Amino acid sequence: MATRFKEALNSGKFVITSEIGPPKGTNIEKMHHHIDLLKDRVVAMNVTDHQSSVMRFPSIGGCLAIKERGGEPILQMTCRDRNRLALQAELLFAYTRGVRNVLCLTGDAVPVGDHKEAKGVFDLDSLQLLRTIRLLESGKDLGGNDLDGAVEFCAGAIVTPEANPIEPQLLKFEKKIEVGAEFFQTQAIYDLDNFAKFMKFARQFSVKILAGIVLLTSARMAKYMTENVPGIFVPQNLIDELAAAPKGEALNKGIEIAGRMIAALKKDSVCDGVHVMAIGREELVPDILAAAGF
Amino acid sequence: MKSITKQKSFDEIKEQLEGLDKVYVIGCGTCATMTKTGGIEEVQCMKDRLQELGKIVTGSTVIPTACDEMTEVALKENNGAINSSSCILVMSCALGVHKVSCYIDKPVIPALDTLFIGLEDEPGNFHEVCAQCGHCVLGQTAGICPLTACHKGLLNGPCGGTNKGKCEVDITKDCAWTLIYQRLEAQGRLDMMRKYQPPKNFQATPRPRTIKIA
Repeated sequence: MATRFKEALNSGKFVITSEIGPPKGTNIEKMHHHIDLLKDRVVAMNVTDHQSSVMRFPSIGGCLAIKERGGEPILQMTCRDRNRLALQAELLFAYTRGVRNVLCLTGDAVPVGDHKEAKGVFDLDSLQLLRTIRLLESGKDLGGNDLDGAVEFCAGAIVTPEANPIEPQLLKFEKKIEVGAEFFQTQAIYDLDNFAKFMKFARQFSVKILAGIVLLTSARMAKYMTENVPGIFVPQNLIDELAAAPKGEALNKGIEIAGRMIAALKKDSVCDGVHVMAIGREELVPDILAAAGF
Repeated sequence: MKSITKQKSFDEIKEQLEGLDKVYVIGCGTCATMTKTGGIEEVQCMKDRLQELGKIVTGSTVIPTACDEMTEVALKENNGAINSSSCILVMSCALGVHKVSCYIDKPVIPALDTLFIGLEDEPGNFHEVCAQCGHCVLGQTAGICPLTACHKGLLNGPCGGTNKGKCEVDITKDCAWTLIYQRLEAQGRLDMMRKYQPPKNFQATPRPRTIKIA
């Protein structure tokens, strides 16, 4: 049975997803608040999996909270923290609890996070995880054993259209499609011309592409992102635009920019939708959508 | 070049030698000499520092290759000084430490940390080339090992963290998969990279590793 998210992807309508960052601790009030705020505004919500290698409440826990509150979750699953047994087990569990969408990620490196001495697992990579999902769907596990009850997922992956050099990324993008990725949520994009070039390439494949929209909160943050976050490039004109905003208005300018980008992507049918990442400011997602005309 | 080593901090060496006042020092004429961690000069320097610390250095030697069979002979030749010591401080990689331990009942203390098996790309600059994983993929990766050169050991291409051809973990380090891509492209063999690589068999490296050659 197709998930709500998959139905939306196949409907031809412009699909909007957003992201929920689970708490560092057991206080899940804020996460619940964000879920309630967004569950009817977006088609589905990703729950990040120890984003930036920082230990947090688990993605599967956030997904169950979304289910309980009537939303549609997308389970983010990184290969950094679990070996192939643990990854498969979690997929079985997620399925039995009604989680039907999975985003397969390699995961950030351990030393960038807050447990710098931990052992990075990377037993599988994102491609191998995608293929594992398709294998579990056939009723087999990675050991070649029969399952007593299989799974069925809408499985996706990420792509970084601003990566430098881009060619190896595009090659991996194709490989991800070959092993069964149905949708892609991209790393943050800011240069729409560059993104259009990527989409021209991506359109030869029958996969759905949701452009990553990350809220810029200030000129400083934009500059930091472009200088320090791999795969993110913020053009100078956007940094200037944020810098020129009146004092205290930079955040509103960031919301306006994000909204403007979403509206432009929709207007020209550049891609199949957007994935909005407010990174800890999830309460601003409705404002971004309003700025985009939704 | 094989074993790449670095000297332990003198504080750690001092700690390990606590209660052991008479020290015999062994260096190695091969890898530890080339990495300047356990050659003639470093052994002399270590002796001086130990004496400053109040230790009695009963003698020293630099064995041509501490991990081979000559070690037993060298130890026998220095029997007297070794017998009068309370411990042996070995300035070689862990192979040499093990080899010395085979022939001596006294405490054998390593003065170096063994880091990896590597090559010297320019004088004084060493990099790991092999993780001894037990199943070599160099044929598909244009001679660059993604298990050692990629921080995440990825087999199917670069992660999203690669930036301007550098690694997200260390921006001074080239992204292994960018290098692999470039080299395969130059060889007209990009199809190697397009091929899906299944999950690695990590049991190809038995633990502990042993092999019997018939």
